[in-house]
Parts: sequence; structure tokens; C-alpha cells
Amino acid sequence: MAGGDRALSPAGTVRRGAAGGAEARDRHVRLGLGLAASLLLAGLLGGAFLVLLLTSDAVPDPLAVLADPYLRAVTGFTLLQAGLSALLSVAGGVPLGLALHRTRFAGRALVLRLLLLPQVLPVLVGALGIVAVWGFNGLVSDALAALGLARINVYGLAGILLAHAFFNLPLVARMVVGALDGVPAERWKLAGQLGLGRLATFRIVEAPALRAVLPGAFGLVFMLCATSFTLVLVLGGGPAASTLQVAIYKALSLDFAAGNAVALCLVQVSLTALVLLALSRLPGREAGGFTLGAAPRRYDRPSRLASAADTAVLFLGLLFVGAPFAAILLGGLGSDLGPLLANPAVHRATLTSLVVGLCAASLAVLLSLALLAAGRERPGSAFEIGPSLVLVVPPVVVGAGWFLVLRQVTDVYAAAPYVVVATNAAMSVPFVTRIVGPALAAAHAGQDRLARSLGLFGLARWRLVDWPAARRPLTLAFAFAFALSLGDLGAIALFGSPDFQTLPFLLYQRLGSYRSTDGEGLALLLGVVCLALMLLAERGAAPSVRRPLA
Amino acid sequence: MRMSRSPLLPLLAAVFGLAAPAAAQEKPVLTVYTYDSFAAEWGPGPKIEAAFEETCACDLNFVGLADGVAILNRLRLEGATSPADLALGMTTDMVPEMKASGLFAPSGVDVSKTVVPGNFRDDTFVPFDYSYLAVMVDTQSGAAVPTSFDDLVNGDPSQKIAIQDPRSSTPGLGLMLWMKAVYGDEAAAKWKQLSNRILTVTPGWSESYNLFTKGEVPLVLSYTTSEAYHVIEEGTDRYKAAAFAEGQYVQVEVAGRLTGSKNPELAARFLAFILTPEFQNVIPTTNWAYPVIADAAPLPEAFAALPKVEKPLAIDPETVAANREAWTAEWLAAIGR
Repeated sequence: MAGGDRALSPAGTVRRGAAGGAEARDRHVRLGLGLAASLLLAGLLGGAFLVLLLTSDAVPDPLAVLADPYLRAVTGFTLLQAGLSALLSVAGGVPLGLALHRTRFAGRALVLRLLLLPQVLPVLVGALGIVAVWGFNGLVSDALAALGLARINVYGLAGILLAHAFFNLPLVARMVVGALDGVPAERWKLAGQLGLGRLATFRIVEAPALRAVLPGAFGLVFMLCATSFTLVLVLGGGPAASTLQVAIYKALSLDFAAGNAVALCLVQVSLTALVLLALSRLPGREAGGFTLGAAPRRYDRPSRLASAADTAVLFLGLLFVGAPFAAILLGGLGSDLGPLLANPAVHRATLTSLVVGLCAASLAVLLSLALLAAGRERPGSAFEIGPSLVLVVPPVVVGAGWFLVLRQVTDVYAAAPYVVVATNAAMSVPFVTRIVGPALAAAHAGQDRLARSLGLFGLARWRLVDWPAARRPLTLAFAFAFALSLGDLGAIALFGSPDFQTLPFLLYQRLGSYRSTDGEGLALLLGVVCLALMLLAERGAAPSVRRPLA
Repeated sequence: MRMSRSPLLPLLAAVFGLAAPAAAQEKPVLTVYTYDSFAAEWGPGPKIEAAFEETCACDLNFVGLADGVAILNRLRLEGATSPADLALGMTTDMVPEMKASGLFAPSGVDVSKTVVPGNFRDDTFVPFDYSYLAVMVDTQSGAAVPTSFDDLVNGDPSQKIAIQDPRSSTPGLGLMLWMKAVYGDEAAAKWKQLSNRILTVTPGWSESYNLFTKGEVPLVLSYTTSEAYHVIEEGTDRYKAAAFAEGQYVQVEVAGRLTGSKNPELAARFLAFILTPEFQNVIPTTNWAYPVIADAAPLPEAFAALPKVEKPLAIDPETVAANREAWTAEWLAAIGR
């Protein structure tokens, strides 16, 4: 990962130089930076609740909370939909991943890239695509009606599951491909030489690789769906299908019931903490995230029937993932794009989104680098685990906490930009550290001794050693954080106002507005910006991210 | 790690600059919180804005929020720091609660000549239109037009209805009260039954009516006057308002000025403007509701064909104020599972 610089590392010539003082100072600086970043993150995520717990009487009685039937129903539904969504994503992602790995065809890299897209597509835009395909007047319903069958009701559990599968099934498929790519080439060779059939290959070669990755994949999707906000808000269809996240938002924005909101937040955080704890005990490598899946050779010769089945699975999978994109594109082009692009509200929202995204991405990268720098000094410490803990406190919960605290001291809506930037930055940190961490670690492992023997410390070391190795993944991470912020509705939902609107916020408002097709046009605009950003960054980052053949 | 955080601050400041309302203008800006379909370009907002700005030497600025109840929620959240001078689009059901909030100042407008069902009179809130809640039916969907609440509740569960959340929307709140007025203590059980037919509960009227006109749902909670909109604007009788044997719930919409207003006199002038023909004559064919003054222009023909409301239903606002929280919790429990 460290590029071609590795030849510079002459092992064995390292001597402990007289740079001990600089080294100690360097370590202190790293730890200091890490500590500052950790405190900042912890303060942002937990500070609001600490203040609330200490100062207000909004703290609910835990027994009363557990006895509340509405809260129990919401918690139950949160778990139910997350479990079903994870099952569905795995059940669809595994065959798709297997078929993708077994089949060689010209556009395979392109397909893998397509499977990356749902991860960076703003959720709200995806939801619109889902409705266009699966809604009451969608393509599928039209086809069913033409056959004399009933149309699909996409609101409620069915819609939530469909949308979660759209976003997470490709993730699972990529993880499966990644796991299969990790199988040593000798095994494929041996399987080919032994002439193992499809079933035997699956049992002996593929299944063990899947076993290693599936529990983690299931857990990850479960976690993502248990904290799902936007999709449930748009497709849930009201209180009957509400997750904790949505209930928190409604308790604050509709009821203005601070006590209820705090109770719901506490339940949400305990729940995600438990899931994350369980997740950390599961086996499962983080493969398939951003690699392009360099193809190891397979030597099995599938029967005609088997390859037809693979082709069918591929076709269906790509149709499922691709159709909403096509619907967004067509819907957007069919809307009144001209006036929309000339609309000052759209200009303002675009500018606000870009500025918020840039600030959030910069802050996320800075925080992540500080944490990574300190994590190198203290492997396995809170600096390394910290970023994952961010996932325990979803953006809506962070927003709700600060909303309640800030309104006691100031005009909430005036503080909105800061809270939204900080929350968006925090939620990107786990992803940024995961993308940049390995590259920095590799640079460290390969060149630490050389750098120390040369007396390289501080900024000089950063410039000469870390920066060249981290530049490309940093670009990718920055773009990812940028896209995440551009598409986020969770943080802005509570803080948005006519004076402070981002594109997703504007889109959420326009979606509902009667006699307006602005929604489709805005969705296309937002989707194109995010996807272009990611594709550009991925292209720039590709050489260092693409794994060499094992 | 050489990057410094300082370049971010000017950027943030730029957002703030954009976010802050243009301050240094000569004309005073009168900010009115309302619901989004009132402020929309096809709603009454732009016409009323033009008419009032001719006389006031001010800049009238409508801010569209999700729906009527959301206006009050928003004002409560903002408290004394609210930039709003006026709020327009709440209903008489909410009046005691609004008065208790201390957010509103006496109107100074003589409302004794207004004509609304139930003869609403108040020194703080000025009625600006009224209408009757009704279930609208898309007759091309094959859904039956219900003739009573029982019909609606017991109807074909595959023919869905879109309703609004009583925590944010005035028709949503109205439906909750309507059910209470018709069924009393049985309301929760009836809600449970009705929940089989509910496609979705939206925060405001616009979202659900949008689903309805897009053909995503065959029934929607709206007003009897919505039928006239489709006849006049679209020339179609495809959409029908269902007259219920039990009677229709009345919704009288009101406006009020805020104690925190920086332009109290201008705000009072706007409240007085509400009861002039310039304002009232815009209402029937933009907000699709009935005017509240006797000398308003005659209504278009299509209004005569609307269901006659023989039994206007209403619950005493004091009773609403005392029970809204409990009834909302009951509603939430009945339609959640």
C-alpha cells in the first residue's frame, strides 16, 4: 500500500540514534492530539446528555420507560425490521456475491462499482427510486396490475425491508466477493484439478470462506438498519411502523416531549451498544469495503445449467440494484429541471450543503488523523476502539441531545450550522479511520525504522513518510465523508429551518409538497453530485486501494 | 496534521451570513408562519402578499411549515427568540392552549361581524376561513365512497386512506376530534379498526394529498371543498368528497400576532386586513375554503354542488385543551401496535 517506496527500507541498518528527545516529544504530541480528538468526539456525542442528566428534570424513570407500551412497540419494531432486513440482505447478497465470483465477464469491474453506489447514494434519493420502482404506481405494480394482480403497498414494513435490502444487499455481495477473493489461489487450483463439482466446490472451498464473513456481515447490516432513520421516516407510514430514531425525531419535532425523547435516546443507545458488543465478538473480516476485487483465477468449469443459473442471479441482482437508479434518472430528467436549477432556494441549499459537507469532511479527516496518530502509540487503546463507538450514538440522538441543551441557553436555529457540521463529521470518523488506517499502518510498519534512524519526526515525518502513503486513501475518505454529509438528513432534520436548509432537507420538504415534481429533479441533482464525487475520488484512489493478487 | 482549522471558520461564517435574514433593508419585514400549502406559489400566499404590500410599505414574508399544529410547536420551541411576527393557520380547537402559552398578543381587531359556524369570537385570534373535514375519494380507483364513519371504519381494508398526524397537522387533529365527537369512549377501538385501512400518516396535509393526486392512495383526509378544486382547476369530477351521516367536523382557521413581534402595529394591520374583501375573496379558489365575512364575493358555482353540511360537528375548545395530550397518546397507542 505504500507505493513503490518500499525499496527505500534497508532493514538491518537501523541504529538507535540520538533522536530520543525528539522521539519522546513526537510521542507526546501524538498522544495529545489523540486525546484532544477523543475528548472532542466524546463531548460532542455524550456531552449533551451529560448536561441534560445533570441539569434537567427530563430524566425519565427507567421502570416507567420499560413499562410504556408505545416505547416497547417501537423498540420491538426496530429490532424486527433490522433482523428481517439483515436476513433479506444476506439471503440476496450471498447468491449475488457467489454468482459474481463464479462468472467472468467483460463488465465485471463495472458491476462491482455499481454495487458500491448504494453506499454513497443519499438515502432519501434511494427511497424515491424505491417508490418509483416498487410503489403503488411503480413499475412492478403496473406489471402486476397488467397481469390482473394486486398492486404493492410499499408503505410500512414491506417498503422499509425493500429499501434496506437495496442499500445493504450490495454491501453483503461485495463482502462475499471479498471473502472469496481472499481464498488462496492454491485451493481454486486444487479444486479444479480434482474436478470438484459445483456443490463440492461450495462445500469445501466457498462455504468456509463465507462462514468467516457472514456473521459479521449480518451484524453490520443489522446495526445499520437498527439505526435507520430517513428510510423509515419516508417509507414507514406513521406510528405503526416507527423505529426508535423516528420516534425520537417525532417526540421532539411534533410533541415537543423532552422526557420521552430522552427516554427513547437512552433505549436507542443501550440497544446499539449491545449490538455493537455482540458484533465485536463475531468473526468476520472487513473485506470488500472499498477494494475492487482483483480476480483470482478459478478453474472450475460450471455446467451449462449452473452458468445459466449464475447469469440469472446476476441479472436479477443487477436489476434490483440498478432499477431504482434508472428510475431516479428518468424521473429527474422528466421533471421541470430548468426552473428548478434557476431557483434561488435550490442555489442556497446547494451552497449550504457544499459548505457544510466541506467543513464536516475536513473536520472528520482531522479528527481521524489525530486518533490514528495516537492509536499508533497505544495499539488496542481507546484511540483505536473509539471511532467504532461513534456508531453507538446515531446522528438523530446527537442532534436531539444538543437540541434540548441548546434551547435552554440560546436560539437553537442559530447554532444549527455548527451542530450539523460537527454531527456529520463525527458520523464519518469510523469510516475515515477505516479507509485511512490500513495505509498509515502499512507505512509505519514498512518505514518506521528507517524514519527513526534518519531522525525524521513530527511534520517532516508526516510530509515524507505518512503523507505519500495516506494521500490517496485520504482523498477517498474525504470524498466519502463529504458524500455522507451531503446526503445526511438525520442531523439536519431537527435543526433545519427556512433559513438553514441543505439539499436533503429541501428535498424532504419538496417530496411532500402538493402539485410539485421538484422532488424528482432535486433527487437527481443530489444523487449526481454524490456519485460523481465518489467516482472521481475512487478513480484517484484506485491504484493504492486495489489489492495486488495474493 | 499541518492543516489548520482556521480556514473553516470563514466558510462557516459564510453559511451564517447566508442563513441570516437580510437585515439592512429599508422596508420593515413582516414574517408570517403558516402551513406550506398556504405559502405555496399556487396557494393564497402570493396574492395576499401582493395585495397587502400595496398598502403597507413593508415586505410580507410567508414561511411555510409542515401544517397548522406544527406552527404552534415551532413557536414553542423558538420561544421569545422567534423571528415570526404573526402565525396563520391554526384552528379554533387550539385556541385555549395558544392563549395559555402566552405567545400571542390581543389582536385589536373587531371580529363581531365575522360569520363562522359556532360563532367563534375571541380578542386574540382572528378567523380567516373555515371548512368541513371530509374524506376525499378517487372514484377511478374503484374504491366505494363511504357514507358514514362506520362505513369508513368497516370498509375494504385493501382500499387505503392517507391521514395526517394530529401532533403536527390541523386536519389530523380534526380527524382525531371528529372520531371522538362521533364515538366518544369507543374512539380508540374504532381507530384500531381503521388502522387496517391507513396507508400512511403524514406530518402535514400536503404530503397526503400529494399521494392522493399521484394515485398512490384512493382515499385521503381533506375537506369537502377539495372537490371544488378539482372541478374548477382541473375540470374533472373524478374526485368526490364523502358526506358522512354523522356530520362533518368544522375547522375554523385563525391567525394571531406574537407578543415577541418587532412590528406590533404592522402585525395588527395585517390582522385587520384579513377581514377585508381583498383577503377574503382570494380564499375560496386558492385555499379552497369558505370566507368569513358577509360581504365577500359570491362563491363559484362548483361550491353549490359540494355536500351540504347539515350537522357541523365540533368539540368545545376547552375540552380539547384539557384532553389533547391524553387523546393523542390514546391515538398513538391505537394505531401503533
